[in-house]
Order: sequence, then C-alpha cells, then structure tokens
Amino acid sequence: MKNALFSALTLVLLYGCASTPVETSKPAEPSVQTPGLPASPPVAARPIQPLGPLVDPLKDPNSGLSKRSVFYEYDKYDIRDEYRPLLQAHGKYLAENRGKKMLVQGNCDERGSREYNIALGQRRAEGVKRMLVLMGATEAQVEPVSLGEEKPRCGDHTEGCWSQNRRSDMLYGGEY
Amino acid sequence: MKRTATLFAALAFLLTGAAHAQLTIEIIGGGANQIPIAVLPFAGESALPQSITEIVEQDLSRSGRFRAIFVGGISPPPTEIAQVNFPEWKSRLADALIIGQAQRLPDGRFEVRFRLLDVPKQSQIGGIAFTLTAAQTRLTAHKIADFIYEKLTGERGVFSTRIAYVVKQGTRFELRVADADGQNAQSILISSEPIMSPAWSPDGTRMAYVSFQNKKPILFVQNLSASKQPAPVANYRGSNSAPAWSPDGRQLAAVLTKDGSSQVYLMNADGTNLRRITFSDAIDTEPFFTPDGQSIYFTSDRGGSAQIYRMPAGGGDPVRVTFEGDYNVSPRVSPDGKILAYISRVGGRFQLMAMDLGSKQVQTLTDGPRDESPSFAANGRIILYATDVDNRGVLAAVSSDGRFKQRLGIQAADVREPSWGPFLGN
Repeated sequence: MKNALFSALTLVLLYGCASTPVETSKPAEPSVQTPGLPASPPVAARPIQPLGPLVDPLKDPNSGLSKRSVFYEYDKYDIRDEYRPLLQAHGKYLAENRGKKMLVQGNCDERGSREYNIALGQRRAEGVKRMLVLMGATEAQVEPVSLGEEKPRCGDHTEGCWSQNRRSDMLYGGEY
Repeated sequence: MKRTATLFAALAFLLTGAAHAQLTIEIIGGGANQIPIAVLPFAGESALPQSITEIVEQDLSRSGRFRAIFVGGISPPPTEIAQVNFPEWKSRLADALIIGQAQRLPDGRFEVRFRLLDVPKQSQIGGIAFTLTAAQTRLTAHKIADFIYEKLTGERGVFSTRIAYVVKQGTRFELRVADADGQNAQSILISSEPIMSPAWSPDGTRMAYVSFQNKKPILFVQNLSASKQPAPVANYRGSNSAPAWSPDGRQLAAVLTKDGSSQVYLMNADGTNLRRITFSDAIDTEPFFTPDGQSIYFTSDRGGSAQIYRMPAGGGDPVRVTFEGDYNVSPRVSPDGKILAYISRVGGRFQLMAMDLGSKQVQTLTDGPRDESPSFAANGRIILYATDVDNRGVLAAVSSDGRFKQRLGIQAADVREPSWGPFLGN
C-alpha cells in the first residue's frame, strides 16, 4: 500500500518536473566556467520534452501499477478499502495516458451456475471500472468483461483456492 | 491366425480410442418396474459391421425401464413367430421378445427386419423392415430401440438423438456432439480458450455457444455442417452469453452487459433486431423459453438473492417462481411444459430439483455437492447434468422422477456443459 503511494508520488514529481518549462526570460548560465573563453551570448531556450521513465511503469515491479488484481469475499463484488490506493494509481495512470486502454476481467470461484458466475464476475469487473472512472479514467478507456469461473488460477475444491479465484484482473492494451 | 486378428482388432480399437476418447456410460442406480425383455440375436446379423441386437439391448438397459433377459441356448435364432417357443420365454419371465434377421443386398446395402412380440399373449405387437448402408447400422439399431421403447412404455424413445458437451483437457477445449449412447463423437469447435453454454436449435441443425477466444465471452451460432466458424451473433461491449432458442428456432434470448448490468435481450438467430426485455439494475440471466414460446424463465437477484422468475416472452413484468432457500438458478422447462428443473444450493450443496409447475411441489432429484447445467432429453423423461467425481468433471443423467441414475465420463478429461439435442426428423 505504502509502495503504491510512494510510486504515485514519484510519478507526480516526474510529471511535475516535465511540465515546468525552462525559463526563457533570462540567459541560460553555463554550468562550468572555462577560463580564457569569452562568455557565450544568451541562447534562446525551448522546453525540453521529457524522455519519460526508462522502465515502463506498467511492468516495473517497483511501481504499484504492476499489481493488477483485486480479490473478493464469497458472493461479493464490493471493493475492500485495501484496494483503493491500487485503483487510485491505475485510475490516475489512465487519466494521464488517455491513449491507454484497459480490459478488466472479473472472475469467480467454481461454486454455482457457470452463467450466474459470468454475471457475478461482470459485477466485479464493473465495480473496478466504476472506481477507476472516479479516479480519473474515462468510460471509453475501460471495458469490463467476465470470465466467470472459466479461467481459475487453481483447481482445488478448497477455500484457499476459491479465494484466489474470486478476483478482478486489470489488463492494458497489448497484454490481451 | 485368429489370435493375431484379435490382437490387431484390439490395437485398432486403442488407436481410434486415443483419437477421440470414448464417453463411457455407467449405470449407478436401479429403476423400479423394469420390463423384462429378451432381445434374441438376429439371424444373419454377423454380416453387419456391428451387432444390432447388442446395441438395442444396451440402449434398452441404459434407459432403466427394461431388464434384459438371458437369451443363451437358443440356436438357431427364430425369425418367424411360428418358430418361437413361447413357453420357454414365459419360463424365463420375459414379457416381450425381439426376433429378426439381416441380409446383405446385391447393391451392397443391407436389409434388416424385426418383430416385437408379446410373450403372455403370444402375438406380434409390431415390426419394421429397414434398408440401410453399413454406415447406418448404429442409427438403425437406435431406431429399433426407439420403436420398442415407444410401443412398451407409451413414450417416445431418445436413443437416436444426440448430445452436445464440452471437453477440457489441459488448456484444450472442445465442443463435441455424440450419439445419446456416447458413440460417434464429432468436434464442432476446438479452442485454446474456454467454451460454454452450448444450445441446440430446435431443428437440430445449429448450435449456439459462448467462446472466450477473444479473452471475453462472445456468442456464436454455428451450423453443424459448417466447415469453419461464422461471425459472432453477439460481440458487444462487456460479456455476451447464455443463449436460449425460441421454440420456432427464429429467435435467441441471450444475456448482454452492454448497457451496464447483465440483462436479458432477444435477437433474431442471426443477431439482428436486438431488443432488451429485462430492465433491472440487478443480475438477470439464464433465460429459457417455455415450449409454447409464450414465456421465458430466468434467474435474477433483483429480490436480493438468486431466484427464478417467469415473464412474458415479448416483455413484461416478471413473476417470482422459487421461494425456498437463497440460491435457485439454471431454470429449464420440460418439453411438455409441466416440470421446471433447476439447481438449488442447500446447505452449501448444489443439487438438482424438479418443480411440478401445476402443483408447485418440489422434488430433490440429486444430492450434489456440485451439480449444474441440467438439460432435459427430448422426451422429458431424463435430465442430463454436469457434476464431478474424484476431481474430474463428468456428466450424469437422472430420470425425471429421480429413481434411475447414470454417469457418463471420459478418461483423463473434464466433461461439462451438456445439452441434449432434439428428436431428429424422420
């Protein structure tokens, strides 16, 4: 949780740096004085476009954005408080990268009707989408879909397994 | 020579067995009031690629309505009623007797004729003569079994119908269609992503199904004789699933999430003319038409828990149908419109229930713990459903009165999502 917050802050700072233009009202001062050379005339300065982060934050294991899953209680689709910062980070990323698209896949454990679980998984994905939109994403950027119980992470008839399968996953364009 | 031939035959069976692992059927619960029937070998049936009488006897036994009488010690088998020793069959406690003959015709086809006899009355009940190709041997046997079944029980037989189901082996999914006895399985679709909810069109020529090949559920309708997959009939934003055919085969009900929550829509069988028919913020799913086409049953949690509702097929206010327990799903109406089969969660166990729609009385048909996806046979007498045994998905069948049970499975694979096909046109 703290990591995500830190990463979010770091992102803010980076973007903060990028958006501050270099001032053109006073001459750029050379950082090193070279004895004997005449002082250079002032140079018109333009803002430099940022190179961007060297590691894709979506894949950087140190960035909260590499975390993609929200987990649920049985028969529930409400998002627990512990996942708010994660969705805040992703919502912000989508807000600041309007070209990025996301697929949210909702999943259920194996119990119950397969088709009812498609609908329950959809509710879970829809809940994640709604929170992402609250956090800055647009409706058009996030498509919620359901995998129901069809693609479980593990197949045992145990609560340990079931709790892993009650899940929404966030996938960015290019990952699906 | 004989031993080599047997070895070769065994190997050949193993090879073909590996190509399409056999759906095997195991009877696990006896029925009551079984009709004792003697199925005598047909004279000359060794000319056919398979033993017709073996298939007939297996069909009748598997239905749970018949008990096969020992037919050994009768040589040569009688082909005419005058040749039948009725007192012998009476002493063996047979109520009915099948005799017949088969012969090869000059054009390479075969003729098979049989008679169904009433042992106590010592008279013929009926008989048919068939002309068939070698490839039609199994189907002919199933038609004979259907004839016998109908004459002696008064109900139509389903031995010559087909079933669809999904097989999962590792990450390989297949939608298959097989004869009702599990033989002759053919692949309709092979995919590395899940397949679910196969639904036969009422005329048996098309299959609707849900595929996850694009990482989300999409609805297809495929002609069973098609060589490739058609374009989807529903690929809207969100999830597209739960297809159900109208009885006239012209429309599909389905569940889309394009307008927010899972809601029921109607469309033409080609996906055109889409219209929404449920209007809630809840989950509305699993639509199923009544056989008269006038109503649609569906699952909804609009009342706070998953329950079954009924609404007019063209749209209108739904009426709640289930009131016991907090999880009643997967409604299926019997072909005669009188019984509603569904899955109920009782104390954590998912069990198959049958409600008499007239009296509203509910009967528990299975114990669970994980029974799902019920499907009525075309004669309404048997319900096919999915369950699991020893961590492996298998299909099971129970008679609609709950008395007789079978299990159907494939070795080393998960079988799920069964759908029983319609009667075939003659």
